[in-house]
Amino acid sequence: MKKGSLLVLGGRSDMGLAVAHHFASLGFSIQLAARKASSGKDKILYAHKSDIELRYNVPVSIFEFDALDVRSCQRFLDNLPTLADITVCAIGLLGEQQRDERSLASSIEVMRSNYEGPALVFTLLANMYEERGHGTLVGISSVAGERGRASNYIYGSAKSGYSNFLSGLRNRLAKKGVHVITVLPGFVASKMTEGLNLPVRLTAQPMDVAIAIERAVWRKRNIVYVKPIWQLIMLIIRNIPEGIFKKLKI
Amino acid sequence: MGSETMLEGWGRFPRHACRVVAPRTESDLIAGVLSGGSAIARGYGRAYGDSAISKTQTIEMRHFNRMLSFSARTGELEVESGVLLGDVIAAFLPRGWFPAVTPGTKFVTVGGMVATDVHGKNHHKDGSFGNFVIWLDLVDSQGKIIRCSRRENVELFEWTIGGMGLTGIIIRVCFRLRAVSTGWIRQTLIPVSDLSSSMDVFESSGGSTYSVAWIDCLSSGAKLGRSLVMLGEHAGASSLSTLERKDIFATSRKRRLSIPFNAPTFTLNSFSLRIFNSLYYWHGRRSGGDSLVSWDSYFYPLDSISHWNRIYGRRGFAQFQCVLPLPHSRAGLSELLRAVSNSGQGSFLAVLKRLGDENKSSRFSFAMPGYTLALDFPINSASLALLDRLDSITLAHGGRFYLAKDSRMTAETLRLSDTRSQEFAKLRTRFKIRSCFASAQSTRLGL
Repeated sequence: MKKGSLLVLGGRSDMGLAVAHHFASLGFSIQLAARKASSGKDKILYAHKSDIELRYNVPVSIFEFDALDVRSCQRFLDNLPTLADITVCAIGLLGEQQRDERSLASSIEVMRSNYEGPALVFTLLANMYEERGHGTLVGISSVAGERGRASNYIYGSAKSGYSNFLSGLRNRLAKKGVHVITVLPGFVASKMTEGLNLPVRLTAQPMDVAIAIERAVWRKRNIVYVKPIWQLIMLIIRNIPEGIFKKLKI
Repeated sequence: MGSETMLEGWGRFPRHACRVVAPRTESDLIAGVLSGGSAIARGYGRAYGDSAISKTQTIEMRHFNRMLSFSARTGELEVESGVLLGDVIAAFLPRGWFPAVTPGTKFVTVGGMVATDVHGKNHHKDGSFGNFVIWLDLVDSQGKIIRCSRRENVELFEWTIGGMGLTGIIIRVCFRLRAVSTGWIRQTLIPVSDLSSSMDVFESSGGSTYSVAWIDCLSSGAKLGRSLVMLGEHAGASSLSTLERKDIFATSRKRRLSIPFNAPTFTLNSFSLRIFNSLYYWHGRRSGGDSLVSWDSYFYPLDSISHWNRIYGRRGFAQFQCVLPLPHSRAGLSELLRAVSNSGQGSFLAVLKRLGDENKSSRFSFAMPGYTLALDFPINSASLALLDRLDSITLAHGGRFYLAKDSRMTAETLRLSDTRSQEFAKLRTRFKIRSCFASAQSTRLGL
């Protein structure tokens, strides 16, 4: 059993929690960072903490962290008692394309939640990991970032930026002993997609994402499609000539 | 909110189009209850019939699946009601704890175990699951969360244990685990040639912690009720051989089989059943005596075959489980078995078990001192007629029925078998929960 520690940014999300459960089951101690964690009102986050501790007999700690509150980022990282071996960023916001098109405020929230926040916290973490000389940073991006489509280009463009950021970070840290993984889950049955009618065969469960991340960590994979079929789908979508693509409804 | 989904129980009969919701927070769940339209909670869907199905609002409890606290001093575990029994075992057996009472599958939720007041192979000794429940939290029709135990809200507590989810939505449960020193069971297999000897073994083996019998229900005449009685004890660490000591809690992964599709309905006919039953009996006879088996294969043999309910084909199957009071057991059981044998509608699985005292902290629990017989039949007109016949034999001998298995009984049968049912219906009216919490089953049975 490989033991170590894991930090989950976005520790309230279904994917973040699945990753926490999976690594805890391997003996990892867990740090969950989430918004509104410090207001004692939130029983659910603490229920998750006791749940993971009881199931796997590992320590779980909870930290207040708001990725959009840029100024608090460094303080949050400084206050962590230990720098985890692996950090997984599961922060994201799907938004509603049609509403976001007409509202700058909600567009800003989607763009910041999917690009600015996750990229900035990794900017700081990368330096800490680089200085330490080992560790793995895992960013959960999206296949939506591979080509802009009418139905979700605001979310997709932010994810695209995040994927590019991760790619550059990987390039920079590859010689420094720090590994960076880009995860492209495709559809995931989670709170984010609740109520959407997702095709079963293209949809991963949060636990599938967690298992894919674990494998990617041990095998030092760079870009991971949780469901391999998405790699094929995106290959096709990327290669449709723009003249045709702009007329398609996909 | 919520989507229309076809729901069925483990027996895959009946099926109903239901509005299904899966709240994530207490406040969402309460809002659902208050929104009107009778609701029923649903756990892992292992009740055989329509107990956890409501057309107007089926509340899936899968997001309420967190373990909250545990005391290694008392063995008391507090969980949300959607926690799976199998997860409890996975977490606590390696630390030397095991459920004090377990049904024949680990794929049930703790909430479901409370609602049906499940019993296990140790009922004659330890009683049902409700005996080990310390308290529970219930969402009532006003959306309030009510703590119920043997000290507070006692009436509600007693009707909730075994109350089939009809008193409210169970959201948290605190129950006691038992300490064990290994995950191994010392099993004694006793082949017996007829029903009478099988019951004799039960009566003389009252000291065994676990006991259950598998019956070859196609045998007839002098061999009527020939069976394999299986007794079991938790094995102590010192009795393990070196092989088992390497895996003291028997937690290494087993291979799982799966039934990938619905078997054609002709697969299970009286001929194939007869062969299966005979082979099983003779295999048991030859390998009789003592052996050491893991908790998983002892308590949950069918769990190793995913979707085993598909062997009955698309039309599904019905379980029949009754209990007969002790004085009537011998006569009643032989009449039931004769009816099955004469019909040629063999049951793939027929299980006999001696039950002990009634649960004193439950007002509507199934068990009573006597014998319980469980059978299953593929759904068709002949088996439905046989089931009606078995109902009337049970009634004639003063027996009653296990609602977790029922999918087709009539309200009249329930009324005749169990006077407590009218009392329950009255209580539901008095607490004004009758229209608020109801399942397809409770509507069918007039509860």
